[in-house]
Parts: sequence; C-alpha cells; structure tokens
Amino acid sequence: METFDATQPIYWQLAQRIRRQIVRGDLKPGEKLPSVREMAVESGVNPNTVQRTYSELERMEIVETRRGQGTFVTEQTHILEQLRDQLKEEQIRRFVRDMEEMGYSNEEMIEGLKDFLTNDGQKEMDK
Amino acid sequence: MMIRFEGVKKTYLRHTALHDITLSLPQGKIIGIVGENGSGKSTMLKLMAGLIRPGKGTVTVDGEPVNRLISRKVAYLSELDVLYPFYTAEEIVRFFASQFDDMDIKKAHEMMQFLQLDPHKKIKHMSKGQRGRLKMVLALSRQVPLVLLDEPLSGLDPMVRDSIVKGLLSFIDLERQTVIITTHEIQEVEAMLDMVVAVREGRIVGVEDTEVIRETEGLNIVSWMKKVYGGY
Repeated sequence: METFDATQPIYWQLAQRIRRQIVRGDLKPGEKLPSVREMAVESGVNPNTVQRTYSELERMEIVETRRGQGTFVTEQTHILEQLRDQLKEEQIRRFVRDMEEMGYSNEEMIEGLKDFLTNDGQKEMDK
Repeated sequence: MMIRFEGVKKTYLRHTALHDITLSLPQGKIIGIVGENGSGKSTMLKLMAGLIRPGKGTVTVDGEPVNRLISRKVAYLSELDVLYPFYTAEEIVRFFASQFDDMDIKKAHEMMQFLQLDPHKKIKHMSKGQRGRLKMVLALSRQVPLVLLDEPLSGLDPMVRDSIVKGLLSFIDLERQTVIITTHEIQEVEAMLDMVVAVREGRIVGVEDTEVIRETEGLNIVSWMKKVYGGY
C-alpha cells in the first residue's frame, strides 16, 4: 500500500503523484487511469477522495472523463507541455525557498547549481 | 442525513455512558468514531444498531427512529466473537441469508475469495485474523444503507488489518451505503476516512472532515484528536 503524508490533504498528494507519472511518461497521453475503485484499493484511500482527485485533475484539463468509459490522460500537447513547465517551476520554487530560508543569495544558488551540474554533482549522479 | 442523535443520553446503572449527544452524520461517507477506551464509542454504535435504547433523546437512521426493526437497514459488526464455532464460513453465510433477505450471497463469495477465506473451513478452526475477515464479509455482503463496524481491526496483525481495509474499500458501495467505524488503530484507517468524530467521556469533542484537518490545520488525525481532547 502506498503511504501518504498524514498531515497533507490526500486528494492533493494523489493528484501530484499522477501529475508526476504523466510528466515522467509512466502514464502516456490518452492512457486510461485506474477506475476510482481500483485506485482507492491500490492506494488504500477513500473512493470519495479519489473522485475528488480525478475531478481536480479534470478541472486542470490534465485528464478527461468519458461517460461510461473512464478517465483518460489528455492528448492535448499544449496542456502536457504546460504541466511539464508547472512541475519544473514548483520544484524550483521549493528549492529556492529552502535556500533563501538558509540565507543563500541568488548568485550563490546559480553558481551552486552550475557547479553541481558541471562538476561534482554530475559525477555523483553518474556513479 | 443518514444518522441523527438528538439530546441522547445513555446511562448504565450509575455510570453515564453518553451525556446529551446531538449529532448529524451524512450519507455516502466512511466515518470514524475515535476516542479512548470507555469514551462511549461502542455505545453510540449500539444505539445506531438498535441494540440498546437511549435513556433520553432520539436516534434516527435513514429517517427512521431506531428500534429493533432497524436491523433491516443496518449491518452491525460486533467487537466480540459471536460466530457459531461449529459452522463453516459457507454455512454462516447461508444462515445470514436466512435471517436477512438483503444478503448478497454472490458478493459474500467474491469477498471470501478476495480475502482468501476457505468457505469450507469451520469457524472453530479459524485463526483470529480469519474470523475478523469473515465478520467483515458478513457485514459487507448485506445490501443495507448503513454498515457499522465496531473495532474491526482490533487485535489483528498488520497484514490482516491491511487486507481488511482493502476488502472494505473494494466492496463498499458509497453511492448507496454509509460506513461508521470505531477504532483505536487510527493510523491504519485515516487515509480511508471521510470524517472523524472524537468522543471523550461520553461527549462529542470534535467532528471534522479528515481532508479539512489535513488542509487547514496541517495535522494528522492522532494530533488533531490530542488537540480536541486537550481543549477539555
């Protein structure tokens, strides 16, 4: 069973997971999502919560529900590109907030990132 | 509203189990009643099931005042072991079907398979975990608007608890059913609850949507319970 942070809304955590799966390509454009029931059992959450996740993703136009068929990842390229940008921005925002909180300047962050990507960090990741 | 308590008081001899409870619970949700031992959780469930009567006030389920006939609308899973030891799982399903005409035998078989229960095994030869799963099968196989589960995970090991939670999520029909569950194992069930009711010494100290607790307070259910308990 998947685990959730019990201090954050679950519908939102589930939505984030699905958004990431789409950007990573684990869920392809046009692919069918598990039914509400399947998703609920798989992740051990309330079916009402899964329904809320799907409605939220639908509102963001990331998925579409076809009557009697289920919920599918959108095939609209511009929405998928937008999603990719959004996740990137959200991740950067978190990184920057953390760094600011610890007192790093913008220049230090940029330098640090560049160094990481070109030198040590790259080697770290290649290992 | 699926359930209404209005000014409900329940006393056992000189001990007051519930003090003047007024509460409404909506339909189509999985609702947890949490609280310490002896806080009144099980008494609330028994009042909904029509097994005991309030000393004062009224309890209504699905618009009907609760009396012994409410068992047509309510499936109740007792905390205690009340199954006949000499029956097999299959026989007890048949027995339930003879008692309740809303019993869905096909669903009972599907659930037994899902929960890996042998229908031909006698109850006296079952482990505690198997009996716990069988009780769940019996409660969820009834096509009733209200399902009451009293401590369904109590005393069971984590694997069995997990399979019981999955069984519940797989077979409950929230379009037509409401589930009320009392439990100590809050962490095991918090992701599947829509709402929690915190009870302390016979009084309601908090009623909230679980997602609201997480979203607006940033708390898990145990911390929230401590917070509402502390307010008294």
